[in-house]
Amino acid sequence: MPTHKTLAATGNQVVAEAMRQCAPDVMAAYPITPQTTIVEEFAAFVAKGRVHTEYVTVESEHSAMSACIGASAAGARVMTATSSQGLALMWEELHIAAGMRLPIVMANANRALSAPINIHCDHSDIMGARDTGWVTYFAENAQEAYDNTLMAVRVAEHPEVMLPVMTTLDGFITTHSIDRASVMDDESVKAFVGEYQPRNPLLDMEHAVMHGSFAGLGGPYFEFKKQQRIAMENARTVIKDVGAEYSILSGRPFDVVEGWGMEDADVAIVVMGSTAGNVRHVARGLREQGAKVGTVKIRVWRPFPYAELARALKGVKAVAVLDRAESFGAEGGPLFCEVRSALYDAVDRMPVVDYIYGLGGSDVKLELIERVYGDLADIAAGSAAPATLTYLGAREEA
Amino acid sequence: MQQLTEIRWHARAGQGAVTAAKVVAETALAADQYPQAMPEYGPERMGAPIKAFTRISSVPIEIHCNIENPDIVVVLDDSLLDIVDVAEGLADDGIVIVNTCTPPEQVRAKLKIPQGARVACVDASGIALDTIKRDIPNTPMVGALIRLTGVVDMDAFKQLLAKNLSKKFGQEMIDANWASVDRAYEEVTVA
Repeated sequence: MPTHKTLAATGNQVVAEAMRQCAPDVMAAYPITPQTTIVEEFAAFVAKGRVHTEYVTVESEHSAMSACIGASAAGARVMTATSSQGLALMWEELHIAAGMRLPIVMANANRALSAPINIHCDHSDIMGARDTGWVTYFAENAQEAYDNTLMAVRVAEHPEVMLPVMTTLDGFITTHSIDRASVMDDESVKAFVGEYQPRNPLLDMEHAVMHGSFAGLGGPYFEFKKQQRIAMENARTVIKDVGAEYSILSGRPFDVVEGWGMEDADVAIVVMGSTAGNVRHVARGLREQGAKVGTVKIRVWRPFPYAELARALKGVKAVAVLDRAESFGAEGGPLFCEVRSALYDAVDRMPVVDYIYGLGGSDVKLELIERVYGDLADIAAGSAAPATLTYLGAREEA
Repeated sequence: MQQLTEIRWHARAGQGAVTAAKVVAETALAADQYPQAMPEYGPERMGAPIKAFTRISSVPIEIHCNIENPDIVVVLDDSLLDIVDVAEGLADDGIVIVNTCTPPEQVRAKLKIPQGARVACVDASGIALDTIKRDIPNTPMVGALIRLTGVVDMDAFKQLLAKNLSKKFGQEMIDANWASVDRAYEEVTVA
């Protein structure tokens, strides 16, 4: 069994540590704001000889992902990190990485997109990458960011998956805060992630292959996309299997949705990322006062855990979704649309309302969460009509 | 017994408040506590007013928001007293610790603080100039913090300080920092 070491470290530091332990062959990064200190810490590991990775400094985030794609197609284990505008600039390459079925692992510090200019936490950047075909994890804290990174390698490289994986952690709140986290010894991580066996690498001259080639009208483009869909569906089982295996090593439970108080909850909040902790904290307090409240944290965003979520919410009288990103013109935020969709087939459909919150790092005060539970109690009791969308805590609600 | 202590740091960028918030968190870890420390990031320019936060708990910390009702406020620059309401939201039995030459009674008169709260003052900048030879008041302020609150252990803090400093400096600098901590511990006065 592994030995564990407890650290007081930032989310970025523990993700960099996880990446060092996974020992990628190549990392490509563009080290400028909005980057993360993940690549900075990792560069220091390379400089000190603590990891033998080919560290490629490039001229933009677009080039960073391009270099990752090239290296991964060549047969290398590849990791990188990005954030905000950087992820946005990678957008077309994100599709290419997924379409070429390259098991790249990338950390994203979830941060706002301009304009107006803002460098703080929300999920706007990652939601822009929603449909690019990457398996996507969310972390509540530094510990989960570390755990997700190690599991991501196994999921990405699994023969039934072969998809890029993004492990996300909330900008500043998780990336830059000192938190307590436990890390495993190097040998145990090495044994867990295993040695990478590339499939169809470009540099295997004995078995020449073509990657990312033309598949135009009448070509196999359509069927390739279907295969991506199948791979993403396969990821559901692989994520759980890898999670179960990792849980035994880490001693920490893992599930794609994690409920608290859901055994007999009348009302529930669905949430992703660091705010899940704030919600659980408030829920604990309300439980002590006798209120039957619960919360469900989504830990894996793609593939979205429809069935698990619907099961977790069964019997609940009213549900609130917390969205830290907008989808202007949609009925609500991106998470809201998924949650409602997941509940469409439920026998007893309950009211589901959405709260857009915390955009641009707006502080998620506990009283805001209390307000949501208050609204839910009113909706469940039938004393208030559910408002589909609320901007939670915005000054001058317009 | 579940116990949570919340500290808010006020300083000007460059005075080491973020580092102090982190070192106190790391010291708490050494005592098997659950720490959390985060700066409030803004436009970062030397001398601009900044805030940082430390939470120390006996159980895992779930919340991720700013500290609005601190048990302890540490002010690294007394020129902030005129422009920032450093005592905002202070717990009724809380404490404000200020780096200043002004006596605590006068600082108390200046601040709007609850009756049961305490105000403590220490010339941490003067002490830093005497010992470390630079006006970096963060380390001595932790000495005062430990004296008044016992939130972390003095020996554990000094050991961590030595470990951190030894990466870049020799024993002389470690001794100077230790002296600054001891002096602030001794010299801090309360009203």
